Amino acid sequence: MTDPLMLTGVSLALFVIVGAIAVASSILVVSMRNPVHSALFLLLTFLCVAILFVSMGAEFVGAVQVLVYAGGIMVLFLFVVMLINVKALPKEKVFTATSMMGVLMGVLLFIILAIILASGTWAPAVNAPENLRTAVVVKTTPVVDAGGATIQTETVTRDVVGNAEAVGMALYRDYLVPFEVASLFLLVAMVGAIVIGKRELDASEEEAIPEFIAKKVSDEDRLKEVTGA
Amino acid sequence: MSATLPVVASLFGSIPEPMVQWVVWPTIKFVIAFAIIMGIVAFTTLVERRVLGFMQARLGPNRVGPQGILQFVADPIKLLLKEDIVPAGAQKAAYFIAPMLPIIPAFLVFCLIPFGPPPTFAITDVNVGLLLILALTSTGVYGIILGGWASNNKFSLLGGLRSAAQMVSYEVPFGLSIVGVLMLSGSLSLVEIVHRQELGVWNVLPQLVGCFIFLVAMTAEVNRAPFDLPEAESELVAGFHTEYSGMKFAFFFLAEYASMLVNACLIVILFFGGWTLAIAGKGLTTETMQTMGWLGLSLGFLIFAAKVAFFMILYIWFRGTFPRYRFDQLMELGWKWMIPLALVNIVVTGIVILLVRNGGA
Repeated sequence: MTDPLMLTGVSLALFVIVGAIAVASSILVVSMRNPVHSALFLLLTFLCVAILFVSMGAEFVGAVQVLVYAGGIMVLFLFVVMLINVKALPKEKVFTATSMMGVLMGVLLFIILAIILASGTWAPAVNAPENLRTAVVVKTTPVVDAGGATIQTETVTRDVVGNAEAVGMALYRDYLVPFEVASLFLLVAMVGAIVIGKRELDASEEEAIPEFIAKKVSDEDRLKEVTGA
Repeated sequence: MSATLPVVASLFGSIPEPMVQWVVWPTIKFVIAFAIIMGIVAFTTLVERRVLGFMQARLGPNRVGPQGILQFVADPIKLLLKEDIVPAGAQKAAYFIAPMLPIIPAFLVFCLIPFGPPPTFAITDVNVGLLLILALTSTGVYGIILGGWASNNKFSLLGGLRSAAQMVSYEVPFGLSIVGVLMLSGSLSLVEIVHRQELGVWNVLPQLVGCFIFLVAMTAEVNRAPFDLPEAESELVAGFHTEYSGMKFAFFFLAEYASMLVNACLIVILFFGGWTLAIAGKGLTTETMQTMGWLGLSLGFLIFAAKVAFFMILYIWFRGTFPRYRFDQLMELGWKWMIPLALVNIVVTGIVILLVRNGGA
């Protein structure tokens, strides 16, 4: 679909406003002293990035960005921050030698990136729109002559419909192996996190768990016990 | 669209055509839909109290107007006039923003839901519509968490935390239960999903398991009984909205009922044929409605409304029937039963689709 509004001015203004909000809120993420406020500004950053994705025609990625980051990960962040009840951090001196070093590094990185982008000498992105699959093979049928020998194969194709299907084709056909490897890495990281985070409870903590939660008593037995039947 | 209503369309003569098609018409439709939805949401509160009264062999509100029918007007007036109390230790900014957060996605989602035969009753038809709906509804939880945290009250905080855990847990089966439907219809567009059903059968038949999981998950997502742990009144006073009064409380309330309506619309569209009454292309299909003109289109809308009304009553029925789950039971049900069941459903659906296609080809 071409730009439905046909107003490049509008999309440019949108990019500038949303981009500015994204940058400002990501600065606030690291500068806020209350962890809950930081988490909320991180949420705002994610939402702005999602809007930018949609405005560039990547509706699928935008929707997934909101679904995964805003709907899942940030909720868990907030959950943990509230559960351990972190108090606001004490005020700190902002302009220390270390932080100024960080600013310097940031400016240097920005200059390097600007030079690279301005020269335009980077390789084309693998997933540039023209490299994305635009047609799918529905089925291939061999065309046979009277003797039963295959003369040629007939291929039926159709167009890829929409953003979601294009992303699906790229992930599950063209780049299936890297995709699976990445998912395996995530699984390993998850198992590792559980192994590191888990610890054996000592005897007094073991005692503190109510019996019905530790499943020493079944629900039916507990019901009998409570009702005295 | 502009061809069907030339008189109204001529009013927009000076505005460029794409603006009319992409901005003006959707806005008008959304404003109308918004007004109707606000009315429905308010009316649902009355229906809920009357139906619950009937189920529990008592009267329910019957004083304001004939049979208490004006109660849904009296309640908002009462809430608007109530004193607005802010707890002393509250986090001011977060406390004020929290009630607004859940209401925005809850009403925004209605932009994406077709209420009847398109294009008249569908505000937009986005090709990733369903995914956007899931994304928007998943952000509704922030108001509850933030409200619970900002109130500076331990019951509120506990309610907010319970809600966060519950909604994150049940979002997974909620999303997974839909995958079977998507595999059958091969599209994320809600209009297309309904179209596939009128040509075949309602998805509830091939996707009975998916439909069941969706029904459970959608009840848990809006924190309704038997999954109303975030506001369990016997344990947490009123949970996350303990410290909220007046219109701020009403905003939480509105968002909950709007989300109920969204989920009822979704289950009708995904599993019960949307606005159509047709099997294998015979009966009241979208096409027959469109050829019948305005009468047919209204008929489609009424069929849709009747189906949605059934699921709204079902929510109330659940509340009148089931006792509340314990928190560990709730998590166990979600993670140990719903998610594995949904995954098995996806695998089985995929195998069956492959077998049917290869057998048929």
